[in-house]
Amino acid sequence: MDNFGAEQSGAARRLDRVYDSDLQSVDLAETSVLAVAQRIGFEEDDLHRIGIALREAMVNAVVHGNKYSAQKKVRLSAWDDGGALKVVITDEGNGFDLSRVPDPLAEENLLRESGRGILLMQAFVDEFQVRRLSPAGTEVTMVKYMAPR
Amino acid sequence: MSVKLNSRQVGDVTVIDAAGRITLGEGTISLRDLIRDTLGGGHKKVLLNLGEVNYIDSSGIGELVSAFTTVTNQGGQLKLLNLNKRIQDLLQITKLYTVFEAHDDEAAAIRSFS
Repeated sequence: MDNFGAEQSGAARRLDRVYDSDLQSVDLAETSVLAVAQRIGFEEDDLHRIGIALREAMVNAVVHGNKYSAQKKVRLSAWDDGGALKVVITDEGNGFDLSRVPDPLAEENLLRESGRGILLMQAFVDEFQVRRLSPAGTEVTMVKYMAPR
Repeated sequence: MSVKLNSRQVGDVTVIDAAGRITLGEGTISLRDLIRDTLGGGHKKVLLNLGEVNYIDSSGIGELVSAFTTVTNQGGQLKLLNLNKRIQDLLQITKLYTVFEAHDDEAAAIRSFS
């Protein structure tokens, strides 16, 4: 794992990191982002949702985007965006068309073994965007707002 | 912590007690191997106890589906036991509550196998 920019600045409410394309990076990213979310003030149930959404985005970047390539990196930024958690993850893969991802809730897809990651991200964060980058790569942006207390 | 799996026999039902996290990698491979070994040993009634599982990602959900179809395709039955709120939510979100039969009581679950 490499670090860049202002790693964990502002009382550790922001982190910017570059990860190798392996499953260990998924665990490291999850731990680091949850620490930021915890400092923002998210409570246990939301931390669990954030953890799953973050994990799914990182797995997509490592497995489907970069295809575990040692030459390709995953970039992660996460910060306190006015009391919300904002996370941006980019890979260096070929990108994908969100509209062409099979609907995992369709009857014919219910017993498929894969294809539920985007569904979980959309369910567990409040804003979710996917953008294809030029010349290559995918950028996923997620925002989670604090639940009213 | 990855998943810890322990299997025990209750009559002709194999109860698999799982604990920890079922996520891409070791967690999903362990479950797949144990299901294969269970079926290989001639046991086709499987009750998967998820009471101590605190985390499942989409790969883990995929592994539950894989286990279900593998057991069903061999003429067996796979049911779930002790789903906590988070796993219930995941099954709701993914609509898999329509696929899996789930129980809260082990003795009742054992009796439910035909």
